[in-house]
Amino acid sequence: VEAGTLKNPVLRARPNRIDRIGDPLLRGLSGLAAAVAVAVIAGIAYEVIHLAWPAITKFGVGFLTTNDWNPNPLVQRFGAAPFLYGTVVTSFIAILFATPLSIAISIYLTELAPKRIRRPVATLVDMLAAIPTVILGLWGILVLGPFMRDTIEPALNSTLGFIPIFGGDPSAFGYLTAAVILTIMATPIITSVTREVFETVPGDLKEASYALGATRWEMVRQVVLPYSRSGIVGATILGLGRAIGEAIAVAQVIGGANLINASLFHTGGTLAAQIASQYQNSAGLQKASLAYLGLILLVFAVIVNVVARIIVQRGGLKDVDVTPTEAEAL
Amino acid sequence: MSPPDAHALLLDRGNLKRRNRLNRGVEALCTVGAVLAVAVLAIVVGSVFLKGVGALSWHFLSTPTALFGESGGGISNAIVGSAVMVALAAVMAVPIGILVAIYTTEFASPRIAHPVRFVLDILNGVPTIITAIFIYGLIVVPQGRQSGFAASVALAIVMLPIVARTAQEVLSLVPGNLKEAAHALGIARWRSTVRITIPTAAGGLLTGSLLGVARVVGETAPMLILSSIVAQGVLTDPGQPLASIPYFIFQASESPKPEAHTEAWAAALVLIAFVLVLNIVARAFYARSRKRMGA
Repeated sequence: VEAGTLKNPVLRARPNRIDRIGDPLLRGLSGLAAAVAVAVIAGIAYEVIHLAWPAITKFGVGFLTTNDWNPNPLVQRFGAAPFLYGTVVTSFIAILFATPLSIAISIYLTELAPKRIRRPVATLVDMLAAIPTVILGLWGILVLGPFMRDTIEPALNSTLGFIPIFGGDPSAFGYLTAAVILTIMATPIITSVTREVFETVPGDLKEASYALGATRWEMVRQVVLPYSRSGIVGATILGLGRAIGEAIAVAQVIGGANLINASLFHTGGTLAAQIASQYQNSAGLQKASLAYLGLILLVFAVIVNVVARIIVQRGGLKDVDVTPTEAEAL
Repeated sequence: MSPPDAHALLLDRGNLKRRNRLNRGVEALCTVGAVLAVAVLAIVVGSVFLKGVGALSWHFLSTPTALFGESGGGISNAIVGSAVMVALAAVMAVPIGILVAIYTTEFASPRIAHPVRFVLDILNGVPTIITAIFIYGLIVVPQGRQSGFAASVALAIVMLPIVARTAQEVLSLVPGNLKEAAHALGIARWRSTVRITIPTAAGGLLTGSLLGVARVVGETAPMLILSSIVAQGVLTDPGQPLASIPYFIFQASESPKPEAHTEAWAAALVLIAFVLVLNIVARAFYARSRKRMGA
């Protein structure tokens, strides 16, 4: 109860001058700060549309399906299709790897690991998210890329080469290398949410399952996973958001091709990576087209984040926080 | 028909044997998953350390980058540039972030606080390359040139949701009876906030700020678009474009020359050491702060 709301004149007597200013001042200042945060989102949307406007009016919705990116001054034809394809393919593969991996890590951390090492291991997994992406990209160029070219991709090619996505010559740069880098980025994000969701599974449900003679895996499959289903879906979508938005590391390892290619070993591009590699060296319609790619990416990112949070909240977690402080709760 | 032998049901054979085997298999897979994640961290950090430590020297840290395309320089200009831009970003983002958190935890009704949190989460999910384009249109286009200031505004936007969300979390942990005691004594809301809530939560607020700094010091996309055309030498004026460690790594990583790669690894070692230490310190403050508030 605030002193000012009390009816008794003795209790509300002489609020000193500083307090009369201080209260509305702090309320006003902090409200203003909140308004700034809201204004930034609106400003981002406005500014990206504004910068993209020449390309929006020129290419319209057909931009999304145009499989061409030709900055030649005589042609100047730009389309988002190669980058939409690259974004979808790399993020999808990343999620395909990262989600089961994250579920496995979370099961380990909540059910299997000795109590003493849970927190350190959780912290180490979180640390993976702290590595600056430009360093992952550097590692991708000089360590992972050659390994993919010399070991993983030839192996995939010789066993599964009859499928077009595993056909073609192995290369250090391409969709698959980018997807592996994105897997490394998405895993700690997904893990931090799934782990938190697994921890909310009521102990008596687990014990009931054990009491019926379930093995640990049967308990997890019949209690933990169903109970956490929406949390897992939400976490996966959050990881997807991380994967589609990454510009730098992907630009470093994907090789920067402007056309769709069926082979995963081939160089390609994503929305974010294309902006990163061309924005500062472009002008006119090309720059506007890059901003148009940015607009598509922004729409993706906002939808993904909104959907993920709604799903996770529906799933019973009041609040999912992706700040990396959760490990302390273990 | 005789009742089933209870003892036999518990023996590891037949159906139970199969189930136990499956269980052990899955447990092993989960353990492998956790080991894999930790191993990837070890491999990345290990690569950076092994390949970077050889090129790391006082000369490397204290010399500005050599002329374009040449090696043999260092990263002193990038260290100074990063420090200036990140400090400016922190000066903007930390007060605003904490104020936002104060607003949502102390003043706003849930009907307003909830959407503000939601907006912060959305802001956290905006790709940093988009934030960079936003500031490009907002500052670089009107000014007609890149600047360290433009980059630091972009970094501040990246930092804001991290600081604000951590601060909200920590402020909401401050024991209600402390605030209630203050209000019972007739102390104004702003006084109780400034003198009781904030000092109690100080460790946690510091955590958010450190995590924010750790996050943005490695941000490359804003540097690329807002502060990449850099003059020679050690510069501190945020009115012009400034060098930065992440952009140095990015540029050197794209170079075909092995010497440039060595320099990239050395700079990466400096950056990753800073980021990891900052993360560990932030976590320590957070743990202490939680303990202090009895959470």
